[in-house]
Amino acid sequence: MARWTVRGIVADMLPVLLVLTLVELGSGLVLDTFESTLLQYPSLLVLVPVTIGMAGNLGAIMASRLSTATHLGLLAFEPTDATLAGNALATVGLAATLFPLVGAAAWAVQALLGGATLSLGAVVAVATASGLALAALAVLVSVTATYAAYRLGADPDDVVLPVVTNTCDVLGVLVLFAVVRLAV
Amino acid sequence: MSVRDTATEAYREALPVVAVSAVGGLFAGVVLGGMEAELARIQGLLLLVPALLATRGNVYGSLGARLASALHQGLVEPRVDLGDERLRAAVAAALANGVLVSGFAAFAGFALLAGLGRDHATLPTLLGVALVAGIVSGLVLTVVVVVAVFLGYRRGLNPDTLAGPVVTTTGDVVGIATMLAAARLVLALGGG
Repeated sequence: MARWTVRGIVADMLPVLLVLTLVELGSGLVLDTFESTLLQYPSLLVLVPVTIGMAGNLGAIMASRLSTATHLGLLAFEPTDATLAGNALATVGLAATLFPLVGAAAWAVQALLGGATLSLGAVVAVATASGLALAALAVLVSVTATYAAYRLGADPDDVVLPVVTNTCDVLGVLVLFAVVRLAV
Repeated sequence: MSVRDTATEAYREALPVVAVSAVGGLFAGVVLGGMEAELARIQGLLLLVPALLATRGNVYGSLGARLASALHQGLVEPRVDLGDERLRAAVAAALANGVLVSGFAAFAGFALLAGLGRDHATLPTLLGVALVAGIVSGLVLTVVVVVAVFLGYRRGLNPDTLAGPVVTTTGDVVGIATMLAAARLVLALGGG
């Protein structure tokens, strides 16, 4: 039963929020490490929030669908399971559709503002490669977290979503960093 | 259902939500891309970006989910009534959490940079930006979440599915825009 006093709500949420903040500062540290590259190529800076956000979203959607399937007893944790494989495929498909567009839009915006120093192809390639790697990681993280909650007897709705969203946030920055290091 | 059917259904259901939040993320990115000058002047501000954005999502996403459940249970009325104790408590708690966690992020981020011997702005500068941004974004996002959830509910939409996308789309934009405004204010007041 949710509590409805200020003190009660703060006491319920604050510990989790503080731990998640420390996790997010880890990804902030990665951003701080490649700050000079990001400031040199603002098109990459434009990609930061959208990459983090999309990674978290893809993970959250996959996780909440898996949680629901677990509740309904419809999920077997095997690669041949239709719910598992179908959702994994959809996650990769969403990334493959949206990340190239996001890269092109990020480049177009910077070009309009007169700050585009990377080619259209380079920004699209960075966004697409990051997106596909993140889709694979989002699948891995959400399946692992849902499976762990299921084995430990925890309600996947309570635990899995914040864990998956914040883990995918951090992975979003790490993957973007790795791809930029390799490509730019 | 076959793998193909499941994949198609999941893809169709998620595409609009993810696409809308991608547009929101791009807007946030444009503001961040225009913040080069402030990011270069306030060393350590970029470090705080993921933590501050995640806080907006976690705190006001949870406010939306709480109000959505309460509407379903009939615990609150879908009216903006500041006399309603439950609504007032939920909003006050969200604002308190948002501001406390923002301040904590600035402290911890400062300690992290100082401990690693990296370049960093002064603690009052980072704290000032985090707190001003935390308060202003908190007020804006509270209004957005409460109005979206209540209006959506009155129009017959399920507030559970509405709250998430509303917060992910507006949270990043409002989060970054208020950080930019706060950074300019703190720099104008002599921070750095």
